[in-house]
Amino acid sequence: MLEAIILTVITAATPLLLAAIGELVVERSGVLNLGVEGMMVMGAVAGFAVTNTTGSPYLGIAGGMFAGAAISLVFGFVTQTLVANQVASGLALTLFGLGLSGLLGESFVGTPGSKLPGLSIPGLSDLPFLGRILFGQDLLVYVSFALIALVSWMLYRSRAGLILRAVGDNHGSAHALGYRVVTVRYLAILFGGACAGLGGAYLSIAYTPLWVENMTAGRGWIALALVVFASWIPYRLAIGAYLFGAVTILQLHAQPLGLGIPSQFLSMLPYLVTVAVLVIISSNRRAVRMNAPACLGKAFVPDR
Amino acid sequence: MRLELTRRPQPSRRMALLSPVIAVGLAVVTTAIVFMLYGVDPVRGLYIYFIAPLTEGWSREELVVKATPLILIGVGLAVAFLSNNWNIGAEGQFTIGAITGSMLPILSPDFQNFATLPLMLTLGALGGALYATVPALLKTRFGTNEILTSLMLVYVATLFLDWMVRGPWRDPMAFGFPNTISFSAAASIPFIGSGRLNASAVVALVIVVLLAVIFARTLKGFEIRVLGESPRAGAFAGFSAKRMTIFAFAVSGGLAGLAGIIQIASVIGKLQPAISPGYGFTAIIVAFLGRLNPIGIFIAGFVIALSYLGGEAIQSGLQVSSRMAQVLQGTLLFYVLACDSFILYRMRIVRSHAGASAPAHA
Repeated sequence: MLEAIILTVITAATPLLLAAIGELVVERSGVLNLGVEGMMVMGAVAGFAVTNTTGSPYLGIAGGMFAGAAISLVFGFVTQTLVANQVASGLALTLFGLGLSGLLGESFVGTPGSKLPGLSIPGLSDLPFLGRILFGQDLLVYVSFALIALVSWMLYRSRAGLILRAVGDNHGSAHALGYRVVTVRYLAILFGGACAGLGGAYLSIAYTPLWVENMTAGRGWIALALVVFASWIPYRLAIGAYLFGAVTILQLHAQPLGLGIPSQFLSMLPYLVTVAVLVIISSNRRAVRMNAPACLGKAFVPDR
Repeated sequence: MRLELTRRPQPSRRMALLSPVIAVGLAVVTTAIVFMLYGVDPVRGLYIYFIAPLTEGWSREELVVKATPLILIGVGLAVAFLSNNWNIGAEGQFTIGAITGSMLPILSPDFQNFATLPLMLTLGALGGALYATVPALLKTRFGTNEILTSLMLVYVATLFLDWMVRGPWRDPMAFGFPNTISFSAAASIPFIGSGRLNASAVVALVIVVLLAVIFARTLKGFEIRVLGESPRAGAFAGFSAKRMTIFAFAVSGGLAGLAGIIQIASVIGKLQPAISPGYGFTAIIVAFLGRLNPIGIFIAGFVIALSYLGGEAIQSGLQVSSRMAQVLQGTLLFYVLACDSFILYRMRIVRSHAGASAPAHA
């Protein structure tokens, strides 16, 4: 029972973690992309469509990443080249992605998909209890942790990370030093799109190998909340994502037990927990102001 | 080769008027291209999508019925967006308004007189306003991001409605279907004429005029704009940004709630799990397409309502999915936001990178 619960918590947390790590990089560059939900759902439909037509979930993963990155480019053009309002453009991206994925996925509703297989390392994966949890996951679970490590290293130990943070904290100074603010932000947005697409593809390939319209069900928004929860520090995303994964799974396990609580109220839990966590985090204003990228959401137009 | 923006000395008044028109034009061109991809003659496709719904009386009435909630929610959102308060949970406030407004006809169905309907509408607006006050208070009290909290509460509201109509409020005579009892005539908004048109359109029109006057002619309208553009300047003028946040959320939530109970008391006639084709989210597009101006939003409401009707028309007439409507609406919002940039900026195409990376003070 415990093993089963831990295994499902991992699959519930992974898509959140994948989408959130991308958004963290985007926000560190000073851009607020509220379109995570739209990019995720595009990744989900593209991932499913490619897996379904080629039979390979790995090609599906690539398809999901590509779709997420491709529509993030629309957001990039509108907010970076045309300096449109980022909040409104992010909402546009979400509405557009939800609509387009519904249209593209119409013919895939109800068709069976193929599931991303778990790793199988002879010996290790067969260990009792820990074997399946540590060595029997699918590829993307390991990728999500690798991405956390990679982004941490990039942000704090590499020159690229230093530039990214400089652009996010003071785009005027970064520009004066000769860094291409807009180019850096474009790259960050593309990375964020690919990660969100990856998270979406995880949903339709590994979590439930099916395409259902709007199947992201607000996970993109929860990923955005996770970035605030983590106060823009990568490793804290993992804590947050697994916390939310646990809440999601807990309510699923509580439903058949019939504790006298209507299922709708249990389904509200992840959303209510998100609100509660946001309130707790934001009430410590000093910590938020210390970590939040100073230029978050502000448009940059170089004065010539 | 790349694009370069330069700030105009002052915002272009001409572009401010033209921008939504250009955006709609671009969206129409995009639709034509999509029709070609589907192998449909674009002229015929565009006619069925945008013109045919306007040629018949019944569909013109349907247009008004669909535009009403969009306009009501849209003008409310304009108050919020103009004052820099990002209420994106209108869909949830719409749902809660539908529930609180339905309390009267469901809990005491025998209370049928001239006061029934006004009380329902008031309760609906109050419910939506109170529900919207939650993210507002969290913002003013704890500094919590209102975008995320207002959106999370949409899911909560939808699940709550689902529970109400399957649980405590389910009509025992409905053969197990998840819906409440149907409303009596006294609890329904009267029709105008013999078609689908009902009196709620008049309510929407009155509110648009009222808000247009408030925006253009009163101190409150000035306060909304000042606090939106510069909270610091607003503070010097003695305006409180926190009180504005509560006000803006309450107004936008109240109007969304009003739209919710109107939808129940006119179009649907009872509560059920699905009561809105995403009006609360689509109204965000309406608000921006109308450039956050009540009169503009009034026109934009009809444009977006037409996109819904056209979506249904191409589904039945051309076997092209009605989901096209949603894609078109999302595309339109992108076009509007992109075109709005030209109000503040001039654009030119630069051939090389030379000079771009040189220090700004050179």
